[in-house]
Amino acid sequence: MTIEYEPVIGLEVHAELLTESKMFCNCPNAFAGEPNSRTCPVCLGLPGSLPVANKKAVEFVIRTALALNCEVSNYSIFHRKNYFYPDLVKNYQISQYDYPIGRRGHIDITVNGVTKRIRIRRVHLEEDTGKLIHAGGNESFVDYNRSGVPLMEIVSEADIHSAEEAREYLVRLRAILTYLGVSDAKMEEGHMRCEPNISVRPKGTEMLGTRTELKNLNSFRAVYRGVDYEIKRQIEVLKEGGKIVHETRRWDDEQGITTVMRGKEYEQEYRYFPEPDLVPMYFSPEFIEEQRRALPELPDQKKSRFMEEFGLPAYDAEILTDTREMAEYFEETVKMFPEPKTVSNWIMGDFTRMLNAAGIEIQESKVKPSDLATLLKMISDGTISGKIAKTVFEEMFATGKSPKEIVQARGMTQITGEEELIPVIDRVLDENPDVVAKIKGGDQKPMGFLVGQVMKYTQGRANPQLVNKLLAQRLSER
Amino acid sequence: MLKARKVSSVELARAVLERISAVEDKVKAYVTIVGESALEAANAVDEKIARGEEISPLAGIPTAIKDNMCTAGVLTTCSSKILYNYIPPYSATVVKRLIDSGAVVIGKTNLDEFAMGSSTENSAFFATRNPWNLSKVPGGSSGGSAAAVSADEAILALGSDTGGSIRQPASFCGIVGMKPTYGRVSRYGLVAFASSLDQIGPMTKDVTDTAILLNAICGKDPLDSTSVDLPVPDFTKALRNDVKGLKIGVPKEFFAQGVRSEIADAVMKGVELLCSLGADFRELSMPIMEYTLPTYYILAPAEASSNLARYDGVRYGYRSEHSPDVLTMFAKTRQEGFGAEVKQRIMIGTYVLSAGYYDAYYLKAQKVRTLVRQAYDEAFKEFDVLISPTSPTVAFGIGEKVDDPLEMKLADVCTIPINLAGIPAISVPCGFSEGLPIGMQIMGRPFDEETILRVAYTFEQNTEYHTKKPLL
Repeated sequence: MTIEYEPVIGLEVHAELLTESKMFCNCPNAFAGEPNSRTCPVCLGLPGSLPVANKKAVEFVIRTALALNCEVSNYSIFHRKNYFYPDLVKNYQISQYDYPIGRRGHIDITVNGVTKRIRIRRVHLEEDTGKLIHAGGNESFVDYNRSGVPLMEIVSEADIHSAEEAREYLVRLRAILTYLGVSDAKMEEGHMRCEPNISVRPKGTEMLGTRTELKNLNSFRAVYRGVDYEIKRQIEVLKEGGKIVHETRRWDDEQGITTVMRGKEYEQEYRYFPEPDLVPMYFSPEFIEEQRRALPELPDQKKSRFMEEFGLPAYDAEILTDTREMAEYFEETVKMFPEPKTVSNWIMGDFTRMLNAAGIEIQESKVKPSDLATLLKMISDGTISGKIAKTVFEEMFATGKSPKEIVQARGMTQITGEEELIPVIDRVLDENPDVVAKIKGGDQKPMGFLVGQVMKYTQGRANPQLVNKLLAQRLSER
Repeated sequence: MLKARKVSSVELARAVLERISAVEDKVKAYVTIVGESALEAANAVDEKIARGEEISPLAGIPTAIKDNMCTAGVLTTCSSKILYNYIPPYSATVVKRLIDSGAVVIGKTNLDEFAMGSSTENSAFFATRNPWNLSKVPGGSSGGSAAAVSADEAILALGSDTGGSIRQPASFCGIVGMKPTYGRVSRYGLVAFASSLDQIGPMTKDVTDTAILLNAICGKDPLDSTSVDLPVPDFTKALRNDVKGLKIGVPKEFFAQGVRSEIADAVMKGVELLCSLGADFRELSMPIMEYTLPTYYILAPAEASSNLARYDGVRYGYRSEHSPDVLTMFAKTRQEGFGAEVKQRIMIGTYVLSAGYYDAYYLKAQKVRTLVRQAYDEAFKEFDVLISPTSPTVAFGIGEKVDDPLEMKLADVCTIPINLAGIPAISVPCGFSEGLPIGMQIMGRPFDEETILRVAYTFEQNTEYHTKKPLL
């Protein structure tokens, strides 16, 4: 009998907050830039400097906690997490320990049509460290621009049981963070970093197996592949009678494997204790309520509304609400072209494919909602055919030109006049006497070929219904 | 005096600098002297006076700063090898406030390394000597500041007080030293020893100067979230020669634990004097005080071990050469850069914070700390101030207690409880023993520095101890 294994996964997610200044000082919070250009005594941890908590960052975390259905404590404090590292200016990180801002929340995810609840253990606030740059040889440099950037940590319970679920959880989480506007949650830029803890156990058992921690995941795809690989690797090790080692593993995206980064035989001793340089935070029920009222419509609410208000299927509604920008794009387009399903098809179809190919987000595309609406109007009023529309859209996507401009410049308007089409149809019939004969003999199949020929001569501009009608007419006259 | 133009600021600064050249060889109060910039600052004040501009009472007054407060562009060493070359790019809030008031910074004074110690013998550079007797210690850790004021090498000084480091050296050197309520004075720019206990305060020749200096440094600082947003009264208005009806408590525990009888006598004589001026006193018992020393020696090292972790040789200060890797570099830098006392406290602090011992030590100590605070709250329901000796002994000999760390730590037994409770206290001269000054400690309610100043001022107005000067 072979044992069936079940993966058990918990995710720790770090998201950089979109505050204007850093967590404990007034230095600007921004990406990249000249190394060490955004530093001050506080974020450099110079002797004598003291942290002052960024109120906005605290509000952001409270809002996130509320959006993740967490309980928000009315009392919270910061702790020091002590360890030595050259990118850690004070050799301790100000973080939260046993009084996180939020705890006991959840996110609902849907995978393969099944909806399940992933519990959130805690949401807390901390500061980011600097960045080591290894120059090769014996030289390393440190850039402290990132030092003190506000980081939110969201820790899930080990409720995730597959790579698909892990990816979906992250997608939903990112959607919530971007809806809230608290983080832009770009994994590729390191604004959202995820560390899955993965173990496997015989199906039906309750005990947790030894876990490994995965690092170096910088895309949703990497999360999926990394988790999937690690599950399979662990199962294989166990099946061969081996033991899983408690360790941190690195994901190698190129080779598609995980490798050992460092062992974890000893739990790191962080010597947490309450940060004496910061005063405790008290949140009144009124203040928490105020934050709750400031929450925007969240992905799940938007999804339900899209289904109700626009009559969209759940699948469409879910994809359209993946990001706030896409949902807003959809809604804006529908305002100008009130056929939601058509708009949805376009956004989810060609548009998404091109966005993916270009590696950009919908809000970065050159196609404005008004242009998409105009294009759809031109199809529905017969100005252009659906097929031509695809070509037009490609050019819109590439150049940002308006559809009218493109259609005009390239003479793509649909041919709807019989007098213009009849000569073309006659020519096609003249050129294909054998096909005509077949049809006359009762075989209707080659009709499609004739339509195709007409389309070819008109470069797709002919109205297909009209072509069908005229073809039938002219054939019967032969 | 300056306003009346009897003396110019420059003349005053020169006089102090001349005094420094005359006696500094013997006293060794300063780590760094900034004579040139002092004269420039003094000159600027004189120009202001000449233009008829309004000046603050501190303008032109030569002031010494303990070398654990950051001064932009001037060495700030904490008397440690690990910061021997460190020049901060910014100034502590108190330093800024002093400079804004026109005070003339004369130099940076010696201390026990990172303010850890009670004798200023733990300085990595040299020991400071007590101006009253050069074979004695000036106390610590603000021994440099105390000696400088006592020896007229500065008119005013700033010290920092984590467990008595302002009051105990003030007592040893026969000057006035005050630890304000925790949160009264911004700690921004004070190189941290134990954040929840550290407090900056004045060290002066008399109570009036303390009030003036306090006026300049108190108040909310947006850069220090533990600084308190309360109105700051004009402390000079509290200087009234009147203690009628005030209730004084004398906690008997402060007279135990090795307090010499001549010291107890001098302090009790002081209490009697105040009573003869209209105050009442009664003895009380605060049994929790027995536990304050061990509590302090858990909490202070715990915070210190974390606060001092940043000295690793990566960004500034001393760096050990020729290490094969970064971890060895950290370790060797700290091994070579820190003195024995600092290392000992870092190790104790690391131990009491570690996972298996946190509850038994750190957490327990925090609970005792709460009880200490409660004991004071209780006492202050009945009494307006509490009075005790500042130190159980007068200044001891240099080298005398170096080999007995416990004996050395007992020097702070009367001052430590105040830091644990966060309340204010002042030390004023109240007598002499073997030619060395004795200090009386007056403790008050949180944020009630005014009553303490009033009692201290009344005592001073009716005694002459503060007018005595060491012969150098």
